[in-house]
Amino acid sequence: MALFKRLTETARPVLAFTLDGQPATGLLGDTLLTAVLTCAEHLRGSDFSAERRAGFCLMGACQDCWVRLADGQRVRACSTLLEAGQAISRDPGRQL
Amino acid sequence: MKPVVIVGAGPAGISAARTLLDHGVTPCLVDESLRGGGQIYRRQPLGFQRTAKQIYGFEASKAEAVHRTLDELAPLIDYRPETLVWNAEDGRLDLLNNGHAASVEYSRIIVATGATDRILPVPGWTLPGVYSLGAAQIALKYQGCAIGERVAFCGSGPLLYLVAYQYAKAGAKVVAVLDSAPLSAQCRALPALLGQPATLAKGLYYRAWLTAHGVPVHQGVTLQQIDGEQRVSGIRWRKHTLACDAVAFAHALRSETQLADLLGCEFAWNPLNRAWLPQRDRAGRSSVDGVYLAGDGAGIMGADAAQMAGERAALAVLEDAGVAIDHRRPVMLERQLARIQRFRQGLETAFPFPADWAAQAPDDLMLCRCEEVRVGDIRTVVDEGHWEINRVKAHCRVGMGRCQGRMCGLAAAEIVAERSGRAIENVGRLRGQAPIKPLPFGVEVQP
Repeated sequence: MALFKRLTETARPVLAFTLDGQPATGLLGDTLLTAVLTCAEHLRGSDFSAERRAGFCLMGACQDCWVRLADGQRVRACSTLLEAGQAISRDPGRQL
Repeated sequence: MKPVVIVGAGPAGISAARTLLDHGVTPCLVDESLRGGGQIYRRQPLGFQRTAKQIYGFEASKAEAVHRTLDELAPLIDYRPETLVWNAEDGRLDLLNNGHAASVEYSRIIVATGATDRILPVPGWTLPGVYSLGAAQIALKYQGCAIGERVAFCGSGPLLYLVAYQYAKAGAKVVAVLDSAPLSAQCRALPALLGQPATLAKGLYYRAWLTAHGVPVHQGVTLQQIDGEQRVSGIRWRKHTLACDAVAFAHALRSETQLADLLGCEFAWNPLNRAWLPQRDRAGRSSVDGVYLAGDGAGIMGADAAQMAGERAALAVLEDAGVAIDHRRPVMLERQLARIQRFRQGLETAFPFPADWAAQAPDDLMLCRCEEVRVGDIRTVVDEGHWEINRVKAHCRVGMGRCQGRMCGLAAAEIVAERSGRAIENVGRLRGQAPIKPLPFGVEVQP
């Protein structure tokens, strides 16, 4: 299931990526957040209760949309554009 | 020679850069985003096809003018997109661009850092599918997406009706608009709002359009609960429930002031914004020599005012540096800004801050989404005798997480004030800390 719904701008080239190891697709010009949330329902788990989170502010302020890339770096999904072949993984979060 | 640095390429920063360059001063313009324009005039990525009219509606020509100006300036100035300013110290800014650290020294600096949504948390607000109003708008204008299939818009402020209208117009299903402000407040505000008839007319148009297109608009209604397990399933208010899979909410905007704080600017309580703001004179001079403030980052006045304030601050920079300017221009800009300020007061009457929010907030409401601190945790700290917001932060970690209190800081102060029986202006101000946004480990520092 998806969280976001594409309303327009759907004629862009398709880009393949993987989400937690599973094949997925997004569109050229998608942020990582858009690419993930148009095919899944969350981005990360929270730090103290592993609660699902899917971002909140979309403008780089809330820091609640971090995802991990293949090289280990964590990026803000809302302000990083998708590139073909990226391996995006979602941190499950931690519980107390 | 050290440059004049402008931080933020929204309407304020771009107009400041234009003004400086027109007077022969080549600025350095630093901006966190990829393509500039700020949040209000944020540009869609390359390769998207929509026209400015489709994205910005009535504001299309203004947005296009701002973008055109930035495109003209970019090759002529030291423009640094995708660059975060994370610290300011001794006349120097620390920057981060694509994993590379750098620093830039400035002779003078114009801070045009803009705003984010002002959030008063509601139970369920951390669920996937809940976004700020600004976020909902960005999803649409920057990505062509809606935040869900069936979206409820809640809270208050001009953005509430605008974004609901933009969604419905773009083909999204808007299930309801819940405005916490009563209609009577909007009627009371009319005399002040009539000072800017064009802006008022747009607001009334969005409201009327929604009603005409069958979108239920409830006024004087507070969102009580967002339901859902793994994602949003509905909302509740009074005795009503409504199924939906997404919620956008906020109560107007708050200024991004961390950089002004690190620069040492004096702050004062501003009742209109219900916030601590860096002090500025009518030209935009802060309390610190060489530091100027423009746009929503120093008090919410909107994009038109930001553009004027950016020009005014740049003229102040030029005046202070001994560059000749046309002395009629500042007078005109200040007069226009004063007019918008009166309109702004009208908006505050039309969309008043929900003063009972803190008293109504349940103990188990998650207030700080980074550190997962609940309202009851804050009340416990207050009951132990603490009432100064930075002390409260030290005790329960509210506002200490990655967002540095951007999302929860104002709400936390409201809880502390209500619980301790103090006025909101008497519980202190959350201090800014470097780095003002998280930095990755292993940042490459250029010599």
